[in-house]
Amino acid sequence: MCLGIPGKIVSITTNGLAAVDFDGIKREVSLMLCPEAEIGDYVLVHVGFALRRLEPEDAQETLRLFREIEESYREETPGAG
Amino acid sequence: MKERRISLAHGAGGKLSHDLVQELFLPYLGSAPLQALDDSAVIPFETGQLAFTTDAYVVKPLFFPGGDIGRLAVCGTVNDLAMAGAQPLGLSAAFILEEGLLIADLERVLASMQAAGKEAGVQVVAGDTKVVEHGAIEGLFITTAGIGKIPAGVAIGSARTLPGDAIIVSGPLGDHEIAVLLARGEFSLQGAVKSDCAPLNKLVATMLAASGTIHSLRDPTRGGMATVLWEIAHASGVGVVVEEEEIPIRGEVRAVCNLLGFDPYYLANEGRLIAFVPEGAAKTILQAMQQHPLGKGAKLIGRAVVDHPGKVLLHTTLGGHRMLEPLSGVQFPRIC
Amino acid sequence: MRKHPGLAEARLAPLLLKEITGFAGLSDQPLRLMEVCGTHTVAIFRSGIKSLLPSAIELLSGPGCPVCVTPTAEIDQAITLARQKDVILATFGDLMRVPGSSSTLQQERAQGRTIRVILSPLDALQLAAEHPDHVVCLFAVGFETTSPTIAAAVTEAGSQGLTNLYLLSSQRTIPPAIRALLANGMAQIDGFILPGHVSVIIGQAPYRFIAEEFGIPGVITGFEPLDILEGIYMLLKQKKEGRAAIEIQYRRAVAAEGNERARAIMAEVFAPVDANWRGLGMIPASGLALREAFSYLDAARHFALPYIEQGDAPGCLCGAVLQGIRRPPECPLFGTQCTPEEPIGACMVSTEGSCAAYYKYGGRP
Repeated sequence: MCLGIPGKIVSITTNGLAAVDFDGIKREVSLMLCPEAEIGDYVLVHVGFALRRLEPEDAQETLRLFREIEESYREETPGAG
Repeated sequence: MKERRISLAHGAGGKLSHDLVQELFLPYLGSAPLQALDDSAVIPFETGQLAFTTDAYVVKPLFFPGGDIGRLAVCGTVNDLAMAGAQPLGLSAAFILEEGLLIADLERVLASMQAAGKEAGVQVVAGDTKVVEHGAIEGLFITTAGIGKIPAGVAIGSARTLPGDAIIVSGPLGDHEIAVLLARGEFSLQGAVKSDCAPLNKLVATMLAASGTIHSLRDPTRGGMATVLWEIAHASGVGVVVEEEEIPIRGEVRAVCNLLGFDPYYLANEGRLIAFVPEGAAKTILQAMQQHPLGKGAKLIGRAVVDHPGKVLLHTTLGGHRMLEPLSGVQFPRIC
Repeated sequence: MRKHPGLAEARLAPLLLKEITGFAGLSDQPLRLMEVCGTHTVAIFRSGIKSLLPSAIELLSGPGCPVCVTPTAEIDQAITLARQKDVILATFGDLMRVPGSSSTLQQERAQGRTIRVILSPLDALQLAAEHPDHVVCLFAVGFETTSPTIAAAVTEAGSQGLTNLYLLSSQRTIPPAIRALLANGMAQIDGFILPGHVSVIIGQAPYRFIAEEFGIPGVITGFEPLDILEGIYMLLKQKKEGRAAIEIQYRRAVAAEGNERARAIMAEVFAPVDANWRGLGMIPASGLALREAFSYLDAARHFALPYIEQGDAPGCLCGAVLQGIRRPPECPLFGTQCTPEEPIGACMVSTEGSCAAYYKYGGRP
């Protein structure tokens, strides 16, 4: 549910708070639910809390999907592609 | 001035009132009619058409990146006139001051109004001040009126858009409302967004000089772009189609909208215009705008159409579409 | 951070749509997919996906709109709190316009009650610290995305030694609601678009019963237009292949095991309780209440708040809409007596309510 926005951690204070940058807008975010996050990580933020470190976009996964669709298109339309 | 803060005595009409006008208002706003200190400004009347408008300014905080209540008051009034194609002849400004307002703040506001007036080429020719008890208002309210002259042959109005007209926006949307929101500090967001507050009358003159015809002009203040498009669609009995990909919005403004769950199409702007111009003139007008400092970011965002009169359709970046409704109520930040 | 770097919407979207249209053509019945989450409902409309899907695919909205399913009785409780002397009610903005039995938080604020819109539960702690002479009541409404943050704020309040903070818990959990929907068998659902951010917390396992007990596929989906298209594609592919499983589309944010730490903090502070859902009635173990160790924070107990349930207005179909049994335009009040300006039911008030989305975005050109 709800708004979860990706942002980049630019600094971390000692009490589990991080300054997170969202495309030029900064807010303080709690790392209580995601204490393993580090400076430079992208995190998914909801109501001022980091919920999870975001994996770098899995371009391999997306390419795989792309190829899979193209393959099935070729299978279903013999002579095409 | 010896006193640092406005007191009720400043509004009583006696010596302190007189001193306030002489020592603070006149040095900044001192047009010839104001200097005369008569009850009315007298302005020579020509034949032709006058544009006339009024506005009230209650913004909080009084000062924000890119402007303040004074700049807003001058630009907002000038822009209302400019949307009729008019060049401003004179403004009035009535000030309601809270007892306890810092005189230094009032001075800052007046200096800002003087500067904005210079940019627009207009002066405040009539004024008034009242003082209310501490707590009755917060700081300062300004009510304005403005008159302007519409050049001969210019007829611009919300009902004049025709199917086929091109829709041009003069720059990125939402800067003003987001700048003020950030300045209020309510949601502990930090960002360097400046209000777009600016007088648009000279940009409009440039547009008219480039190609004599503009059908409709609106500045998307409260209610934003979506509300303006809807109002034009209604008044002119046309449909409107806009392209999501073409609508300019700064990254930081989008980021705040994402964080708060706001829709950028409903945000207020104070230095942008949306123009509805004949299809054939669009390219010329767009190029002329892009040469002007206040139109550098101008973009063609859509057109008026015969279909679905009164309705606004957004073509999404995905290639689909959805309707754009006018703003309903107030946007509250949301978490879901 | 861009969503799908390296592959623009322009390339993949038409392909996915083509596949989706192809799959849909294979079925002689309309395919009914439920988007559980209100944020998905809005994203589907706003991105224009609604206008691009073939008519053979019907999208149903589900009960995943926390504002829509909050009973009037609980809005009234929040209003009662706000009316207490020296109380500051801290609420998310989503709740401000929701109709209670006779007022809304927005109307109460207009009449002088101290109601503050917060962006984070930690803002409520800050309010409490700044106003030691007041009592701050946090009106906690939300699903599993939000509950760990409420729990974390509660433990943090304890660490800070705050004694002027209370919690009005109006929190619910998603899997029991899905089970209740499927168990009553009224809506025919061929696949679930499962909520991406709730799943960041709870992971994949709590949804398995949908596939294993009811034979219906579910895909945990993100919120960008391409995410939603991919999620629908994955659902239809399962249908074509005769499979029913719970899959994750939102791979960049959702791990199969979810966020264990978040669940642990939630479990420390909250226990499951039976809860009332507007439109769905009572669903066992579908709500969250403070555990005994934290019950001193319970606003309802401390202020002895009554719980007086009112039914929906006559004619209001919010309940049926939330279960995917009816579409908003089928409600007799839709667009006439019930509009975003003057809403009668919660589905019209909430920005992500199905009725509001239909009204705002769903008009035909």
